[in-house]
Amino acid sequence: MNADKVLDAKGLACPMPIVKTRKEMKDMESGQILEILATDKGAKADMTAWAKSGGHELLEIEEAGDVLKFWIKKG
Amino acid sequence: MTVKAMTAKEVARKVIDNEPLFILDVRNGDAFADWKIEGGNIQYLNTPYFDLLDGVEEVVSELPKDRDILVVCAKEGSSVMVAEMLDEEGVDAAYLEGGMKAWSEHLEPVKVGDLKNGGELYQFVRIGKGCLSYMAISDGEAAVIDATRMTDIFLDFAQEKGAKIKHVFDTHLHADHISGGRGIAEATGATYYLPPADAEEVVFDYAELVNGLEVAIGDAKIEIEALYSPGHTIGSTSFIVDDQYLMTGDILFIDSIGRPDLAGLAEDWVGDLRESLYSRYAELADELVVLPAHFMIMDELNENGSVAKKLGDLFKENHGLNIEDEQEFRDMVTKNLPPQPNAYQDIRSTNMGKITPDEEVQREMEIGPNRCAVR
Repeated sequence: MNADKVLDAKGLACPMPIVKTRKEMKDMESGQILEILATDKGAKADMTAWAKSGGHELLEIEEAGDVLKFWIKKG
Repeated sequence: MTVKAMTAKEVARKVIDNEPLFILDVRNGDAFADWKIEGGNIQYLNTPYFDLLDGVEEVVSELPKDRDILVVCAKEGSSVMVAEMLDEEGVDAAYLEGGMKAWSEHLEPVKVGDLKNGGELYQFVRIGKGCLSYMAISDGEAAVIDATRMTDIFLDFAQEKGAKIKHVFDTHLHADHISGGRGIAEATGATYYLPPADAEEVVFDYAELVNGLEVAIGDAKIEIEALYSPGHTIGSTSFIVDDQYLMTGDILFIDSIGRPDLAGLAEDWVGDLRESLYSRYAELADELVVLPAHFMIMDELNENGSVAKKLGDLFKENHGLNIEDEQEFRDMVTKNLPPQPNAYQDIRSTNMGKITPDEEVQREMEIGPNRCAVR
């Protein structure tokens, strides 16, 4: 999937993946897509819940080994 | 600026002593709804940490001034952040050290009673997950039953008591938590017993736990007698210890009974479950103190934190032992069952020795409540 920006949050523990994603999102335009890489397993449920609560659209989650990839469209 | 930590042990003491506590749980809503720190005198507020990143002002007004405030998250990180933000707003709040993971792993040893010819019986209450393990100690020897994954706690406890662990039992192949039985046996040279009917697929050596097996611990000859009682699993076996205590595994709990579906055969095993509860247990002495392998709700804890009740009382009070109609019983234990425990298939495979996940993965697998009962 094509992303407008990629955020590498690998190796970061909760709450940092969300803190960084949120910061990145603030600088993006509505409709743009951010790809996030994370290794914190808790990020899966939290990213889903955060996107929902923030009005963003979580387009896809992919697990490749230890790495979780998220594609979120800014709402 | 440092905020203080509260350990899982301190929280456990508060829960057992029914002390007031206010928990600000900052995990996401689903995680909170699925599993939280339970207690009779706990008030809760669940606001996910990601809704507090702009500031905690909106929750400050909802926090009480007259009870301790504890911020809780999955692994600690977010709760430290939120506790620090609260501190900046002048609110005194602690965070749970190690988060819900530490809560899930905490074991609280509680003495259940003395053994007749000298010796003691301890129950290890895994308060966050509802698992119960046991250690009988007599004359420098010990037996461990249904040990959890945190083997060091059992090894250290035995050492503290000057006892050598000789026998390790699992009442059945567990589906909700990873057994520490094999690890303890390997560390101590003790014999590890499993019911053979549950152990057909295990890939390590074990001793067969069969009906009528008796072992003694210490010179005082505390007898542990096995009683085959299938239903939760096909191999489920109970123990009578010292003619006083009945360890029921996951067949009979204080306020519920075991579910027959976690090994996939609810319909086949419901008859066994009824037979074990309504015939085999009914023949035993009312005075036996029932010690199960789980509790589901805090109401099942006695005032000292133990989970134990006389068999005679359970035959009067436990709904699951008082369903006369066989079809009604069958429906209750096979229909409308609660969700299955997290990762229960992988947990079973781990307990069989088929897979060996690393510790972090094992922790993740065990997240959540035990869900071994039907009520």
